[in-house]
Amino acid sequence: MSGEPLLAVRDLAVVIGGRHILHGVDLDVAPSGVTALLGRNGAGKTTTVRAVLGLVPRTGSVRLAGEETVRLPTHLLVRRGIGYAPEDRGVFAGLTVAENLRLAERPGAGEPAYDLVHELFPELKARARQPAGTLSGGQQQMVAIGRTLLNGNRLIIADEPTKGLAPRVVTEVARVLERAARAVPVLLVEQNLALVRRLAGHCAVLADGRTVHRGPAADLLADPDATRRLLGVGRRTAVTEEHPMAPPGPDPSSAAQAGKAGA
Amino acid sequence: MATVVLLAATGLGLGALYFLVAAGLSLIFGLMDVLNFAHGALLSIGAYATWWAASGHLPGAGSGGAGFVLAVCFGTAVGTLAAVVLELALIRPLYGRPREQVLATVGVGLAVPALLSAIWGPDARPFPGPAALSGTFGLLGARIPVNRLVLLGAAAVVLLALRLFLGRTRHGLVVRAGVEDRAMVTALGIDVRRAFTLVFAIGGAAAALGGALGGLYYGSVDPGQGTSLLIFAFVVVVMGGMGSVAGAALAAVGVGLVQQFANYYTTSGLGDLAVVVLLAALLLLRPRGITGRLA
Amino acid sequence: MTPAATPATTPAASTRKAAASPEADADAPPWRRLGRWWPALVLVALVTAPFSSLSLPGLLDGPIGSAGSLQLLALCLVFGALATGYDLLLGHTGLLSFGHALYFAAGSYSTELIAAEAGLPFWPSAVLGVLCGVALAWALGSVALRVSGIAFSMVTLAFAQAGSILVERDPGGVTGGEEGRAVPADKLPASLAGIDHTANLYWIALAYLVLTLAVVRWAVRSPTGRVWEGIRDNETRVEVLGLRPYGFKLVAFVVAGALAAVGGVVHLLLTGGATPQTTTSDFTLSLLVMVVLGGSGSRWGPLLGGVLYTWADHRLGDLAGSDAVSGLPSVLRVPLSQPLFLLGTLFVVTVVALPGGLTRLGRRPRVRA
Repeated sequence: MSGEPLLAVRDLAVVIGGRHILHGVDLDVAPSGVTALLGRNGAGKTTTVRAVLGLVPRTGSVRLAGEETVRLPTHLLVRRGIGYAPEDRGVFAGLTVAENLRLAERPGAGEPAYDLVHELFPELKARARQPAGTLSGGQQQMVAIGRTLLNGNRLIIADEPTKGLAPRVVTEVARVLERAARAVPVLLVEQNLALVRRLAGHCAVLADGRTVHRGPAADLLADPDATRRLLGVGRRTAVTEEHPMAPPGPDPSSAAQAGKAGA
Repeated sequence: MATVVLLAATGLGLGALYFLVAAGLSLIFGLMDVLNFAHGALLSIGAYATWWAASGHLPGAGSGGAGFVLAVCFGTAVGTLAAVVLELALIRPLYGRPREQVLATVGVGLAVPALLSAIWGPDARPFPGPAALSGTFGLLGARIPVNRLVLLGAAAVVLLALRLFLGRTRHGLVVRAGVEDRAMVTALGIDVRRAFTLVFAIGGAAAALGGALGGLYYGSVDPGQGTSLLIFAFVVVVMGGMGSVAGAALAAVGVGLVQQFANYYTTSGLGDLAVVVLLAALLLLRPRGITGRLA
Repeated sequence: MTPAATPATTPAASTRKAAASPEADADAPPWRRLGRWWPALVLVALVTAPFSSLSLPGLLDGPIGSAGSLQLLALCLVFGALATGYDLLLGHTGLLSFGHALYFAAGSYSTELIAAEAGLPFWPSAVLGVLCGVALAWALGSVALRVSGIAFSMVTLAFAQAGSILVERDPGGVTGGEEGRAVPADKLPASLAGIDHTANLYWIALAYLVLTLAVVRWAVRSPTGRVWEGIRDNETRVEVLGLRPYGFKLVAFVVAGALAAVGGVVHLLLTGGATPQTTTSDFTLSLLVMVVLGGSGSRWGPLLGGVLYTWADHRLGDLAGSDAVSGLPSVLRVPLSQPLFLLGTLFVVTVVALPGGLTRLGRRPRVRA
């Protein structure tokens, strides 16, 4: 990876209700381009993102541009310049589109970039007064991504932004992410490997709450064996494939993956 | 006819009182998941502070005209302050432990009436008020006490102000969003705990105003007044939907009217009973009304 | 969720008989083995209390064996037992009920009604009265437990409030309204009537306490008790195990309700009547305060809290009227005159600063199994 990582996560651990969800996640987000966070369902990707943001209690080290943030409350960390589009999109259903966007404004942190958001998603301007709960899934995702672009963020975190969307919308979201990544580094959690191949420079792979692989995304995806072993998918992945929920408990293949942890 | 009008006016006045208590209760629960058992105590604090000021202890305040308005403002301010102190001193340190938060409010709800009766005695004290508000006026053949009108007016103003606050201000936007999904609000870079203190202040102000004007309605103040209103306010909150101010207003009117009419036309007490049974029925039929958020 | 190894500082049993069982660790140092015997010693002291002419100035008004002191001690024991039973719900199953007063009142009111109206002798009336309380707990519990969390608390509150309103409105003159109902003197066994027999009432209260402690201890250690613990810690995980929490919670609710109904009967004997105060939500809240003050989920905490609360509620008022207190400046005197203020404040302080209650004070941090 070239240059200092923008976000450096070391030994991130999460315990919820006496259960270890994350054991020790290491993750670097490159200072430019898209870094993908991969892994099977239940591997801990979303928990990792939520732990980085402080939305779940966590231990370890999370450095944003060199500053240790693991003790910061979520809102202060976010104000350091993070835009977050969560897995369930986090759109406020009872609020209008305009209100959802207005909520993401950060008073005192520069003009909100409504021009950019409306240029990328003209639909949001047209539907400004519509309650967000009545939008389609794709439109809600636009609101979620639009909120991350409103401020001059240093990092955008998008958790499965294409999940459950129609192929046409997936393409649109991908185009926006690609464009956004030219200006701002993006941490992308994604199951859609075609999208990862197209966007991501680097990647990290989680299994059972641990980092089991780090390296250039292209190298991983070019190796069908590694892809199958680490992500449990074949060479060709359907664009909108949904994986069944992985059963809880230790994965039989975790021992094999652990051997790869130092890679 | 006159009886119906009088009952309706009394029911509406009672509903207004319920609304003043329930509005804050509903916002607090909607935003923070804290069922505030100390809310009745906030009403009592407002009532006693107003009574204290109107009895001539506060310079400028008194039982008539502008002096009474000042006394009501003083009572409301004291109630607001008490609510803010409650949130900062007890609720905030227990953040993330909802069971303990509820228990702490239960303790305050017990201690405050006890303190009030320690200072001013356990018996009801006559509540001073302007002569203009103690009379009646004629409506469709009924003599309606003016204080019912005052309560209704105050409740309407509070409802309007809350709607404006929630709909037009950024703080109101944060509160509405927080009722839906607290975590996402913080993930947008907003310190949602400031909204917590704010809704406590608003809820305390409304309840204390209810206490101040409830003194007119009942003609007296006593330490247990707020607590006895609390259960009916709970009914209103559950009926109106957590976090919904407009819902609380509608439910408050409904509960006040049902209670008055049932108490009058059937055995006394049946109205109270009906409302309480309604609470259980609502919760059982629609548990999401109190436990569930949409998100 | 394996059963906790008995903490070294808490003794193995709650009754003399059980304490004599060879459960005590043979390797434990002698002083610790002696420490296991303290409940038996306390029990002996409590049993013999009516024969004592010792005075505890300040604590009790008059010698321990006097009728007034025994009455207060018996009340303390009854409320200690009630709190212990209530903690079966709060501390052991994680159910926050605001309506426990209802089952207590059901026990005392129905016993009194059956004795006075149906003309049955006292003891059969008491049995029927307790059965009424159990039936009520079963009926209302099976409805209230259909919801969980704060909704459950509110439903129990609503039921109890409905009961309270009914009792106060006195439909058909059955409940006696605000006056309550007095036990008809001719129905009482001669050995329980009159001030001369306070010691007998005291022993009944003590027996009720021992019964409650034994039932709670037995229930908590039973397989069902372990499921309760699981429900308290994480209800979803109990469901994942294929168990239906509803039935287990209902059992806890009914057992606690039954204990409360027995307590209602004892209270009826002790105070000579059923009073509407015992139906109010404030009555349940005071149980809550006792439990949390003493230490929810611990073996002796609720008992300690109940005894302290009852003592303070009765004695602080008298103390406030004494010369020693009336000389104090008003900042100190006024709060002292209201035990509920002190107890409420103490309760809040406990909740905020001392999770685990008073029983945690003198103890090393508890290691949870």
